[in-house]
Amino acid sequence: MQVPILKQGPYLIASVQAALRDADLVQLRDALTEQVGTYRTRGVIVDVTALDVLDSFACRTLSEIAGMIRLRGAQTVIVGIQPEVAFSMVQLGLKLEGVATALDLEEGLEYMNRRMKQIEQGQYE
Amino acid sequence: MSVVRKTTQRPRSQRSSTPELHELVSHLREQGSQLREEWARHITEARLLTSMSKDEIFAEARSIYDNYVDVLETGAVEALQAYARDLSERIIPRGVEIHEVVGIVLLLRDVLARSLFKKYRSNFTLFNKILDVYEPATNQIAITVAVGFVQERDRIIHQQQNAIRELSTPVLPVREGLLILPIVGIIDPQRARQFTEQLLQGIRANRAKVVVIDVTGVPSIDSAVANHLVLTVEAARLLGATTIVTGLSPEIARTLVTLGVDLSKMNTVCDLRGGIEEADRALGFRVARINDSSGWEKGR
Repeated sequence: MQVPILKQGPYLIASVQAALRDADLVQLRDALTEQVGTYRTRGVIVDVTALDVLDSFACRTLSEIAGMIRLRGAQTVIVGIQPEVAFSMVQLGLKLEGVATALDLEEGLEYMNRRMKQIEQGQYE
Repeated sequence: MSVVRKTTQRPRSQRSSTPELHELVSHLREQGSQLREEWARHITEARLLTSMSKDEIFAEARSIYDNYVDVLETGAVEALQAYARDLSERIIPRGVEIHEVVGIVLLLRDVLARSLFKKYRSNFTLFNKILDVYEPATNQIAITVAVGFVQERDRIIHQQQNAIRELSTPVLPVREGLLILPIVGIIDPQRARQFTEQLLQGIRANRAKVVVIDVTGVPSIDSAVANHLVLTVEAARLLGATTIVTGLSPEIARTLVTLGVDLSKMNTVCDLRGGIEEADRALGFRVARINDSSGWEKGR
């Protein structure tokens, strides 16, 4: 199932609607990496609010997305991880290290705006 | 436990029918006050029940004795079990221990046995018959009282454990985007899990960006709880919140380092006040004193 990717100003928002098979995750990763170039995007927000489970493959793919997007010159933030999902993840040692996270879409956009401002002002992390 | 069960199934008629039993019970009732005094004396000599006053011992001795003789007569263990639990409920908070309870019951058995011997020593056959009734009955009483005491003590311990576990960990929204989680008392794995769940739900409900977990009130942490704390910090991050841990005592700090728990990802500040100051900085708040600080005193 294809994940819809929407353009919102300088950002791309990928909103996961339902449980994803491994192939869907890979497809999402590749689509985002491609579209960052097409739209000259500065930031990607992946919204996983609808997911009840984030297994090790999903976590690895999300890390890959962040890595690839960064190489393409943009920031990634994962939003909408549910409390129960977060708890299960950390118990399994899936920490999404090095990947920015935010509570929800609103917070995610705020985070992106702050980051853009920082980068503009020359404060690189 | 199985001994007690076996004897409760014995029909009551079997107990009360023997003439020896009848004889035994009437003797014990007649000699009641004398034997109770002797028993109380033995208790004091053996230095038992030191946490109770003479009057208290005497009052309890009276009801124990009456119950004792009743059970000898009827074999109705349920009444004795109920009495044993009731007695334990009263004396456990006074610091009476199991060896004292078993001790006094056995002393009573001995005092009564001696008095029976004195009465029946001329008739050895009758004495033996009486002992045949007396011995199993008194052993059963001793066991019932001891078991009742232990059961009551276990019940109290269980109740206290539940009370500690239920000390809920409040999640306190203090400013926009800031939550404080004060933890007090000993954390067991179940409580640790509970506070993590509450924290994560709290982050979502309050849209918190910073969480301060204060452990000033925690006397000790073992490695399981420490690791759980690390997991909690990681889970909070997945919801977009940074965690600051405050109030780690020198002892806990020593324990955690010795255990080799990986705390590199954890922000820690010495005390809650410092933690809130750091949280304010992270959130972009600045606290400043306004000149007119007397508004409150003027009763406004």
